[in-house]
Amino acid sequence: MSGASLLKETGPREVFCGLTSIVWLHRRMPDAFFLVVGSRTCAHLIQSAAGVMIFAEPRFGTAILEERDLAGLADAHEELDRVVKNLLTRRPEIRTLFLVGSCPSEVIKIDLARAAERLNSQFNGKVTILNYSGSGIETTFTQGEDGALKAFVPLMPSSDKKQLLLVGTLANAVEDRLITIFKRLGIENVDSFPPRQSTELPSIGPETKVLLTQPYLTDTARVLKDRGAEILPAPFPLGVEGSRLWIEAAAKSFNVDQSLVTSTLEPLILRARKALKPYIEKLTGKKLFLLPESQLEIPLARFLHMECGMELLEIGTPYLNRDMMKPELDLLPDKTRIVEGQHVEKQLDRVRKNQPDLVVCGMGLANPLEAEGFSTKWSIEMVFSPIHGIDQASDLAELFSRPLHRHDLLNTKQLTST
Amino acid sequence: MELTLWTYEGPPHIGAMRIASSMKGVHYVLHAPQGDTYADLLFTMIERRGQRPPVTYTTFQARDLGGDTAELVKGHIREAVDRFKPEALLVGESCTAELIQDQPGSLAKGMGYEIPIISLELPAYSKKENWGAAETFYQLVRGLLKDSPKSESEHNPSKWKTEGRRPRVNLLGPSLLGFRCRDDVLEVQKILAHHGIDINVVAPLGAAPADIIRINEADANICLYPEIAESTCIWLERNFGHPYTKTIPIGVGATNDFLNEIHQLLGMELPKQEEEDGSQSRLTWYSKSVDSNYLTGKRVFIFGDGTHVLAASRIAHKELGFEVVGLGTYSREMARKVRDAAKELGLEALITNDYLAVEEAIKESAPELVLGTQMERHSAKRLGIPCAVISTPMHVQDVPARYSPQMGWEGANVIFDDWVHPLMMGLEEHLIGMFRHDFEFTDGHQSHLGHLGGHSTEKETKAPSFYQEKVQSSRPEHFPHWTPEGESELAKIPFFVRGKVRKNTEKYANQIGCKEIDGETLLDAKAHFNA
Ligand code: SF4
Ligand code: SF4
Repeated sequence: MSGASLLKETGPREVFCGLTSIVWLHRRMPDAFFLVVGSRTCAHLIQSAAGVMIFAEPRFGTAILEERDLAGLADAHEELDRVVKNLLTRRPEIRTLFLVGSCPSEVIKIDLARAAERLNSQFNGKVTILNYSGSGIETTFTQGEDGALKAFVPLMPSSDKKQLLLVGTLANAVEDRLITIFKRLGIENVDSFPPRQSTELPSIGPETKVLLTQPYLTDTARVLKDRGAEILPAPFPLGVEGSRLWIEAAAKSFNVDQSLVTSTLEPLILRARKALKPYIEKLTGKKLFLLPESQLEIPLARFLHMECGMELLEIGTPYLNRDMMKPELDLLPDKTRIVEGQHVEKQLDRVRKNQPDLVVCGMGLANPLEAEGFSTKWSIEMVFSPIHGIDQASDLAELFSRPLHRHDLLNTKQLTST
Repeated sequence: MELTLWTYEGPPHIGAMRIASSMKGVHYVLHAPQGDTYADLLFTMIERRGQRPPVTYTTFQARDLGGDTAELVKGHIREAVDRFKPEALLVGESCTAELIQDQPGSLAKGMGYEIPIISLELPAYSKKENWGAAETFYQLVRGLLKDSPKSESEHNPSKWKTEGRRPRVNLLGPSLLGFRCRDDVLEVQKILAHHGIDINVVAPLGAAPADIIRINEADANICLYPEIAESTCIWLERNFGHPYTKTIPIGVGATNDFLNEIHQLLGMELPKQEEEDGSQSRLTWYSKSVDSNYLTGKRVFIFGDGTHVLAASRIAHKELGFEVVGLGTYSREMARKVRDAAKELGLEALITNDYLAVEEAIKESAPELVLGTQMERHSAKRLGIPCAVISTPMHVQDVPARYSPQMGWEGANVIFDDWVHPLMMGLEEHLIGMFRHDFEFTDGHQSHLGHLGGHSTEKETKAPSFYQEKVQSSRPEHFPHWTPEGESELAKIPFFVRGKVRKNTEKYANQIGCKEIDGETLLDAKAHFNA
């Protein structure tokens, strides 16, 4: 393991719960619907985090538990059946329905697995009903996607074909681009998971090599392994270097000739480095502090340090999977302070003491930090923006240099007078 | 279980956060899982506040549930008190913590702190945000005043005369995430100052616990937002004999009535000039100006919180000469008042939480303007109808940088502009009417304000969507049907009255039992309604 210093912290957290990942999953699979079985708080959370009002026909909703559902659990199941039937009659285009567990449904122990089974037999193949937990007592933010994908795995058909499977939600354009690159390397069978249509699940088997595109898919990776797949260890495809190592991990496993890899990637790398240049000028030497939220913190920090020259003050992460993160940790400089968990007040004290030039944080904290004079970047933007791959490296760097640029624009007087 | 895709109100602990965040020196320890911390963004992003709300969440996890969650709660309370040194502590729980029954309020009370501790019990599975805010404000005021001497028999709202000072009142109810509260307070303050009335305390917005303790030094209370302050005003009246105002000063008429009411309560004489209606606000003259002729009988649909819809219906009807064709609220606590107001207009109030039901009702009543929440703005957009936002839930657009109160004289000016601008202006409507045969004024004409202009509602209905299907299927069998010839006649009618003509023609066809509408039916209907 690297020389990063790994610390653990407990205390009040300031992190979204796993329900939030519905916000990008429903865009990925337009034929799926996400029904949260929860409280008014859960409904309000997705509404506030997702800006639900911009969607005329949201593909997610909440079955809000009421007093009488708490009283008798048998009734809660009947109620759920009623709500699901209503929903499916009103929305016949739904092919996959996810019942999403929340804190209240877990605390009162509504068995959503049983509900899914029961409803599946009633709908008899017309709609597939799955369940997973997005609750805040079990999951943080991006872990919801891990749960949803894990629920899909048993439905994936088996196959012995030698293939590459990209796992984790990507922007469609980025995904197409990555697949093109693999094809240039002669890797023809490339599939992705989750699919763009919930009914078109990729196959899986002992000859499937998996490249994770996102760092938060711990459980999914485990069950894919149980189905015989091999998870290729690699850093995550953020930045030029991360993406190169990630692509090379696949190339190696498919025995692609190194000279082909070099001749394919080299022009892309040169172009990406050129595009990165102006941002490197802006970012280099600037101090970065990442508060925990999306699980992308470690790969982002690695890119911003290695390729953009930023100084890492602290990397916060909601939880740390040491195995999966090993290739990333190996690339970090010695003594990088990585803090797993959170005590939001103490962490903010450290931010104030360390005076970073840029803080990566959740939406609730950004404006208060701006008001204290710090430049900030929302974590959630990273899960929405197309940032993966060599070609996107400069866009990724731009996301981080923009707040600094803005800070300069608006504070020139202050800067020159000091 | 209730299926929701969108909700007008958050859970009750969000209401409690609104009170805590509105005040100074108050801290709220909220027993809740980590995901519930999303609520901070309502304040820091939607309201664009530079401070975090004064809330410590316990953020318990599943693995804590096996152990001693009570210890966890106490640890957070201890840390919060040490770090923030509040003058008063609110302690409560969100929906999940309510289920595990740790009773954080009594835990906190047992910890031996000197500061007042207010334990909040806000039933998350049956109540909602505004109720939670009202209950929190009430518990807080009651908790802080419980040792004050009760004096209901002695209270005399005209005592200021004998004491040789100016009268003073409290402004109760304004809070963060309330619709334009910040500016309403300034406006009401300005008007009262003009009449020689001082403000004793504004609460919860900007008040500290010490201010709450001074509440009963006022001669009377002004209940600015009944959703939040009514229960507190009633309690103050019962315990200390403080009278409170019932009129909400939104609109010219209501502002006049409000001034009358407060003058009467305080035993003051209202200066003559105030009684000349509306000389203080431009709304009255603008509304009389010949350009506003086109507003006559404009059909409006109103939906939002109780306070704002009640005010809106009065202004629409009495001050702008609109015809109110729909009135409703999501505030169940104010359902009775809204029902009464609707009845007076010959309508049945729509009391619902379901935005799809509101959209259906808008469609059914075919208004020319919608006054609603941000959700109705979206529904209206889909239907091609202009809309102005008059009520919470908050959206970042509802926290404008400029001064834009809803209350008082300036509020009436703001309302005139906000409601009338989404419509075409009178001069424009006339010109388009006069030049309607000009090729420029065909269906493509689009408003620069973004409403669908030329897009007619009927085009929208063709988009497949489940709620629209529901509307269609709920229509009676004999619903008249338009022949192609009838449709093309209808298409010749300028788009801005087309919805109304369609509606009227169908109504007429139904009345006479005609099943097919052609060009003749359309003309018959026109004659019928003109007669
Ligand atoms: S933390 Fe739990 S109760 Fe809160 S929104 Fe998330 S799932 Fe719902
Ligand atoms: S749509 Fe055209 S006519 Fe109407 S307000 Fe805008 S510019 Fe004026």
